[in-house]
Amino acid sequence: MSADLGELGDLYQEVILEHSKAPRNFRKPASANHHAEGFNPLCGDRCSVYLDVEDGAIKDIGFEGSGCAISRASASMMTQALKGKSTEEAAKLFEEFHNLVTGDAEAMKNAAELGKLAAFGGVSKFPARVKCATLAWHTLQSALEDKEETVSTE
Amino acid sequence: MTAVAQPVVREPQPNGVAPKSAPALDLARIRADFPILAERINGKPLVYLDNAATSQKPRAVLDAIANYYAHMNANIHRGVHTLSVRATEAHDAARRTVKQFINAADTREIIFVRGATEAINLVAQTYGRVHVGAGDEVLITAMEHHSNIVPWQILCEEKGAHLKVAPMDDRGELLLDAFASLIGPRTRIVAVTHVSNALGTVNPLREMIELAHRRGVPVLVDGAQAVPHFAVDVQALDCDFYAFSGHKVYAPTGIGVLYGKRALLDAMPPYQGGGDMIASVTFEKTTYNVLPYKFEAGTPDIAGAIALGAALKYISGLGMENIAAHEHDLLAYAAETVGAIPGVELIGTARERAGVLSFVLEGVHPHDLGTILDREGIAIRTGHHCAQPVMERFGIPATARASFAVYNTREEVDVLAAGIRTAREVFQ
Repeated sequence: MSADLGELGDLYQEVILEHSKAPRNFRKPASANHHAEGFNPLCGDRCSVYLDVEDGAIKDIGFEGSGCAISRASASMMTQALKGKSTEEAAKLFEEFHNLVTGDAEAMKNAAELGKLAAFGGVSKFPARVKCATLAWHTLQSALEDKEETVSTE
Repeated sequence: MTAVAQPVVREPQPNGVAPKSAPALDLARIRADFPILAERINGKPLVYLDNAATSQKPRAVLDAIANYYAHMNANIHRGVHTLSVRATEAHDAARRTVKQFINAADTREIIFVRGATEAINLVAQTYGRVHVGAGDEVLITAMEHHSNIVPWQILCEEKGAHLKVAPMDDRGELLLDAFASLIGPRTRIVAVTHVSNALGTVNPLREMIELAHRRGVPVLVDGAQAVPHFAVDVQALDCDFYAFSGHKVYAPTGIGVLYGKRALLDAMPPYQGGGDMIASVTFEKTTYNVLPYKFEAGTPDIAGAIALGAALKYISGLGMENIAAHEHDLLAYAAETVGAIPGVELIGTARERAGVLSFVLEGVHPHDLGTILDREGIAIRTGHHCAQPVMERFGIPATARASFAVYNTREEVDVLAAGIRTAREVFQ
């Protein structure tokens, strides 16, 4: 990003822009045994999350869908963060991520522990965008619970 | 504090292009009438281009609300006391203002409702439930707002009727021949938007209404996006119902209007039961009140109706023709300026448009564009605009929509264009 965009730069950090342009794990793994659909009815963002879970561990994970830069980058970085993690660790990470993007003081302080996902701390200054950042995670949760109906951010 | 419109003589413009400025309106004075326009957003002057969602309110409207509560608040049509008389008179006067504004034949044809949505639901649940039966058809168009789709879907589902949809072309213009061919022997009502909220298309209503009437089918018009932008004459249109919301035409939220031809309204059953809509009540039998009260159960939004009257008087003072000319100029300028930005694709390029510029920017999702523009103080709408079938028709999940009101300026369009360029830089 060339210009100094202040708070906008906090939201659209380099790593987020990069992932939004070239999302990782943007695919449906052939071995997937869990799946859920997510939808943000306000902006029309859609997200499908696919998981291959074996013995409580996420062996493979992918996503498909369309959405804004924040939702694409969030989904992409989520898949990277979760590959190889246990489903319990995934649930815990979602909680920490959710706290971070909603501006929880404790979570902001410990953001570094989230690794690359800490880049989403800037979302907390843009309350209208929290749903974009969490759509993939809500869909993940739904996939882990094998819910059939589309998860909605509303 | 009302800016007074001077009489204007307009030279015919070649190619329908409006002149560089609309001299009839004193924009600085008009802008001073809207207190919120002095707000600063993220340190920048507010550039409010989300008028199709809701318009800002002039001081005349804010004053009307304050004045009502300070000097005449009482329930209407009840007390003999002075305040009740004042409130009733002001409420009646507002109805007369609305009648005049849309050139209805009679004040009894003006029903106060919460907004265009309630107006459409009212017709679907009263006229619709009486006249639409199993196997019958309701005809709408492909460019309707959800509020002119869902009430008819609910009705059709209940009655076993069919919802038919007249298609549009790639510019966002209604295909009139297809529309005509869809009016069949089972068509019981046509419900159509005057102006598309997502595309800005102005529909050829007179032709459409004539086509429907030739087959004896009444027409409801969703005028929510039309009434703020140009003069509407319900008698000239010969529409059977016309619905609009106050808040899109400089009045508060919570008030709107259903116009209906008197003979139709008279024959319709009531919508909701309660106080004010009755002539007499016994436990055996209730006699309904006359029009318009038959459709206005319960204590209405008295202040809202009075404020709507104030809003319509305010814009009538500016002159609807002046407003239409100014906004036409703004829209043409915006289409040219924004349309020239590399990567911008305008969605909805109908020859007749009003109020709305919908577009997508290559490589930048509308939601991200909305956030970036907000940092520049620019308010636009991003998303599906409560018109998901329109988005589907154009194969896109969402658009960015700039929509205009009388107080917007060419300078604001320039700020918008600069903001769009910034967004391109962020995402390049």
